[in-house]
Amino acid sequence: MSTCAIIQNGGAIPLASVPMVALGLFRRTVIEEVRGGARLAALCAAPNGGARARLLAVLADHGGGVLRVVSAAVGDSYPALTPECAQAHLFEREMAERFGIMPEGHPWLKPLRFSGRADAVRGGTRRPSADAPVPGVCDFYRVEGEEVHEVAVGPVHAGIIEPGHFRFQCHGETVMHLEIALGYQHRGVERALENGPDNRTIHYIETLAGDTTIAHATAHAELCEALGGCAAPPRAQALRAVALELERLANHTGDLGALANDVGFLPTASYCGRIRGDFLNMTALLCGNRFGRGLVVPGGVRVDIDEARAAELLGRLERATRDVTGAVELMWRSPSVTARFERTGVLPHEAAVTIGLVGPCARACGIERDVRVDFPTGAFRLARMAASTWHTGDVFARAHVRWREMLRSVEYINEQVRSLPEGATRSPAAQPGPSLLAVSLCEAWRGAVCHVAITDAAGRFARYKVVDPSFHNWFGLALAMRNQQISDFPLCNKSFNLSYCGHDL
Amino acid sequence: MKALPVIHFVLGLLLAPFLFGVINRTKAFFAGRRGQPLLQMYYDLWKLVRKGAVYSETTTWVFRAGPVVSLAAVVLALLFVPAGRLPAVAAFGGDILLVAYLLALARFATMSAALDTGSSFEGMGASREAQFSAMAEPALLISLAALGRHVHAWSLSGIINPLGPEAWRGAGPVLALAAGAMAIVFLVENARIPVDDPNTHLELTMIHEVMVLDHGGPDFAAIQYGAALKLWLLGSLLVGIAAPVHTGSAVIDGAAFLGGMCALGVCVGAVESSMARLRLTRVPHLIAGAAALALLAAIMALR
Repeated sequence: MSTCAIIQNGGAIPLASVPMVALGLFRRTVIEEVRGGARLAALCAAPNGGARARLLAVLADHGGGVLRVVSAAVGDSYPALTPECAQAHLFEREMAERFGIMPEGHPWLKPLRFSGRADAVRGGTRRPSADAPVPGVCDFYRVEGEEVHEVAVGPVHAGIIEPGHFRFQCHGETVMHLEIALGYQHRGVERALENGPDNRTIHYIETLAGDTTIAHATAHAELCEALGGCAAPPRAQALRAVALELERLANHTGDLGALANDVGFLPTASYCGRIRGDFLNMTALLCGNRFGRGLVVPGGVRVDIDEARAAELLGRLERATRDVTGAVELMWRSPSVTARFERTGVLPHEAAVTIGLVGPCARACGIERDVRVDFPTGAFRLARMAASTWHTGDVFARAHVRWREMLRSVEYINEQVRSLPEGATRSPAAQPGPSLLAVSLCEAWRGAVCHVAITDAAGRFARYKVVDPSFHNWFGLALAMRNQQISDFPLCNKSFNLSYCGHDL
Repeated sequence: MKALPVIHFVLGLLLAPFLFGVINRTKAFFAGRRGQPLLQMYYDLWKLVRKGAVYSETTTWVFRAGPVVSLAAVVLALLFVPAGRLPAVAAFGGDILLVAYLLALARFATMSAALDTGSSFEGMGASREAQFSAMAEPALLISLAALGRHVHAWSLSGIINPLGPEAWRGAGPVLALAAGAMAIVFLVENARIPVDDPNTHLELTMIHEVMVLDHGGPDFAAIQYGAALKLWLLGSLLVGIAAPVHTGSAVIDGAAFLGGMCALGVCVGAVESSMARLRLTRVPHLIAGAAALALLAAIMALR
């Protein structure tokens, strides 16, 4: 028997059919799969109905279009994966913090989220909160030497952004090392989702990362549909895809404008700020909320679109596309802008593969990795999307990939809205079945969102794991800053534009 | 006629913040916005003056002296700056050096205050300011020296007052090169795009703004007002060289000078709306370009 079980994206399998292998084999399997080109989409601990927890790894083989899961029973500690598989780094720190499962030999074991207390997955033990880490108080990597200085930025910032702490080790103006410490936004969402689904669940899901509402809600809805053995009607799937691409358009427009703003290029910055609003208003036209809250629910979508609104949507889309094309083309034609973008914040292809980067940032390093293409669900199975890539890995590449994706998204929305399938938009939601494992990936504008759920014997969530793309990508930003000018950090940061609350959950 | 120099000195003190309004309105126009009121900076200064100041316990008198000394130095320097045909309040042979070093003194006070806070941001800003101004200063002095050699005078009034449209016909290349160098120095010294971005909130990319992060209230008002005066001061020199008007009537000449200053504000706004900031490592190249222009002007003046 193979050590891994294969699972569809947006599919569920009985928990009993997930192979439970020995720890050593689990470790070898994950390490070898990742060496063979798979991406560690999720690594988490789940209750196993006893004193030992279950380690569960979800491996996404983007090239082969296959998702594999493997699990092992684990006690208080196990030999860490991180030394041989860098992608496990944050996952292992998370498990150590939340569940007290210690990865022995982990090279950089320190608090990830300052969550305050450990949760029980092993027979009801909780770590006392007295030894909980104090937010922000921990050791940082230090470089010593003459003319080496340390710059600490945050967690309170000058702009209206989320809290995060950035520690730079600099030599003059050159950054030798950047360490990013997040966790100030930890809300305990995963814990709150346990024993669901209930009336609150969808609201937690929609605010996992507020700017990624549609993607998280779609991943959750598809996961619930898999657990309940039902499917959303084709019309609902098409509307979800339209909303997802509108979300991408709005955010990418905002990003391109913000990139222009960070290099002081005013025209594009000003116009993109306005046009982002136009795209958000199109989502509002679709469902009444600019961020798409309340649209996607398990079983389908909550609002239908009539012909008049569809025509209005297409008209607005055409105008906004024309405007944003003008604003962005102006930026590409300005040598002073491209001179700032090119060769700034280069993340080498190998590094991006090693740390399991996702989304436009990964595609900007030449990695063809897009859930809509590799693991299509819903409308993306029939109307295929193509991945937009660029090879240079710098700020320009990240901006350019965003622009190419926007053009494809516009085309896709046009195509979908013109040929919306007839029929209902919602099928009756079924309760999740008992003792199942479901995995659902969705390509958000930042990259792959991954939801993993395990149900107990009563069909309730025994464990609900959320991996926001930011969780994979923050480390990419730290690597991209090496040997860069510290004055380029805001630009590099904006080119990744990662979520703090999506990471902190 | 004796009162004229004092009048335009006072006008400079009064109108300097207005120039920021012109720049910001131009930028807003290019961005398709209406923009802030032309008098916004006056409101801001008034607001700041009425506030109290907060001082970090780790700072010393150096920190408090910074804004005062730098504002005083800039006001003093403004006394020596003519407005086109109108002579300055004070002038003597060699005052170009005094003005350059008064500006340097203002900068030294600001940088010392920044270093006094012990903040890594402010230290970084001070180091950038020191690097760039050390390069900009020679460019300014050489271009003034080239003009001085051309007209055989060594005071700012002596250099700029005699200039008129006919000077451009006679010695166009020297004036053009010197004005080009001065224009770059003007952008560098006043922390404008493409060197610095006055609007950014990102501490890590700032040059001038990051040095004054810890100042508040009246101190910050002094800094803002000092920056406005410096913009006016260097702008006056640039307008005096680049657009000399000579009609014989002091009123018309004065009005032409003010018009020139507004046009300068529009030009700065247009530059900021049409190009991005330079990468910080490229800024020295730009300043070296200014120095090269100034040197060429000097060589042509020596001929």
